[in-house]
Amino acid sequence: MTSKTVKASSTARGARRGGVMSSTGLYIAIGVAALLFLIPFYVLLRNALSTDPEITGEDWKLFPTDIQWGNITEPFADPTVDFGQALWNSAVVGVLHTVGILLVCSLAGYGLARIPYKHANKVFYAVLFTLMVPTAVTFVPSFVLVSSLGWVDSYRGLIIPGLFSGFTCFLFRQYFLGFPKELEEAARVDGLGYWGAYWRVVVPNSLNFFAAIATITFINGWNAFLWPLVIGQDPSAWTVQVALSSYMTNQTVNYHLIFMATAISILPLVFVFLFLQRWLVQGIAQTGIKG
Amino acid sequence: MSTTTTRGLARPAPAKSSGTRPRRGLRGNSTFNFWLFTGPFLIGLLIFVYVPIGWSIWLSFFEARFTVTPDKFIGFDNYRQMLGNGNFTGSLLTFTVFAAIIVPTTWALSLGLALMVNRLRFMRAFFRSVFFLPTACSYVAASLIWKMSIFNGVRFGLANTVLGWFGVENIAWLANPDPPWYWLVIVTARLWLQSGFYMILFLAALQNIPDELYEAAAIDGAKPGWQTFRYITLPQLRATSTAVILLLLIAAYQAFDEFFNLLSKTTWGRPPLVELYYTALGDSQDYGAGSAGAVILTLLICAVTLLQGKIMGFGRGDESK
Repeated sequence: MTSKTVKASSTARGARRGGVMSSTGLYIAIGVAALLFLIPFYVLLRNALSTDPEITGEDWKLFPTDIQWGNITEPFADPTVDFGQALWNSAVVGVLHTVGILLVCSLAGYGLARIPYKHANKVFYAVLFTLMVPTAVTFVPSFVLVSSLGWVDSYRGLIIPGLFSGFTCFLFRQYFLGFPKELEEAARVDGLGYWGAYWRVVVPNSLNFFAAIATITFINGWNAFLWPLVIGQDPSAWTVQVALSSYMTNQTVNYHLIFMATAISILPLVFVFLFLQRWLVQGIAQTGIKG
Repeated sequence: MSTTTTRGLARPAPAKSSGTRPRRGLRGNSTFNFWLFTGPFLIGLLIFVYVPIGWSIWLSFFEARFTVTPDKFIGFDNYRQMLGNGNFTGSLLTFTVFAAIIVPTTWALSLGLALMVNRLRFMRAFFRSVFFLPTACSYVAASLIWKMSIFNGVRFGLANTVLGWFGVENIAWLANPDPPWYWLVIVTARLWLQSGFYMILFLAALQNIPDELYEAAAIDGAKPGWQTFRYITLPQLRATSTAVILLLLIAAYQAFDEFFNLLSKTTWGRPPLVELYYTALGDSQDYGAGSAGAVILTLLICAVTLLQGKIMGFGRGDESK
């Protein structure tokens, strides 16, 4: 699968700016690559809407003979894993994580970018230093800390330790460095302090950037696995990802159920992608490069 | 922190901002405002980033099984245990193999996709979305699809079904380390998940290459195709390529989700974070050794980041958040 995709793309690569490769050839190559990229989605939906005998049958059924819409409710009725609770946990954690990170990191980024202070550089280096240590690598000590606070199996434990992202703070600082000074100066003339100018002028004029960061942060929060796995010791504190992971190690495998649960877990993000793609692409172009 | 605040208060505010503002009380003071804006973040950073790092350095010198407040100092024994432990050094080897495969393949695939999408005149948004959509999926979801259906080791797995049409016997993709088919499963899953993300980065960079360069090359007689790609596109993309390679490397270093889920009941193919997980949070709950491992990994990644930054002249890298 991989080698085919790579080959298809490398033939097209040489052909930038016309010549060598006809546009028919280009569309064939990119069509094949697109089909390969869609296979997992196809498998997911096919299994989610089939019966188990059809999934495990001798021949590969291209589509289920009868689409099993009834499968949609099954993950919620499953006595072994409380999928509804997990979905709810993920929603709460995803939203609060996003709101919290935007609030805390944007304020800090603005302070570092725009408020003159003698030791601002030292503070900035203290933030930069944390970029060198990926949070995933320090999950053992973080768990030690959070468990001594008694935050295991709680929303606090899932959300709060992740809010202080040096990277997001850094991105906001870079963004605010390029924010037009004239707008803030106009606000100052009107008698607003830093705080007032920030909320009334800077934030309302930066909504695109906030939306871009929010989209990426929400996706990362929803898809996070290692930290929720460590913190969610009790099934009632599982997020969707931890619940999905538990399906894979269960004794009995209920194929249509676990694929339906996976499909449901992806659905919110597919909506985010379809409706917020503009911000997402913008955000990636900004954040990825500057990283 | 408090001493610096008082010192800062005594200092007159910079002329630039005071000139534009008619009146300023304490709330207008820039030192106060600096801490007002950055304070919440810095306090959190101190508690949830600096304290755990310090604590784990401390723990790594103690015998800390089932406890995080140990009292038996054992010097570098935890480090000796981790480095002398075949599992941990083996996990570093696993990471090296993984990075050696995934970094170049993702780089080539995402660049190839970007070049193709960039040339499209129709349905450009459609194809971009198709390649980008997997970014919406979590590693856990992809692991489930890969493990339970596409690379299921029994006959109804998609890969085995397709191979079956050509008379190939069923392959146990994940359940058998020899031959190591599990690498194919892990690498394709990550390729599918992350290529679209890096394609977006390359697309943005491609659109920044000035058309004049290609026009000048055409006048100089460069053939469109390989020549312009080799001598114009590729050099123009160098900054982005460097960034992408560094991001890929750091992401590979932190690989956990797909290894943990795809190889849940196996002892092979464990990258560093999975190994740490089992050391510190598995049955033995050895926080001392786990912390020593975390310190070693942190030092390694710092060294690699600094070295790469020096060599490539690229700024600081971080997880691809």
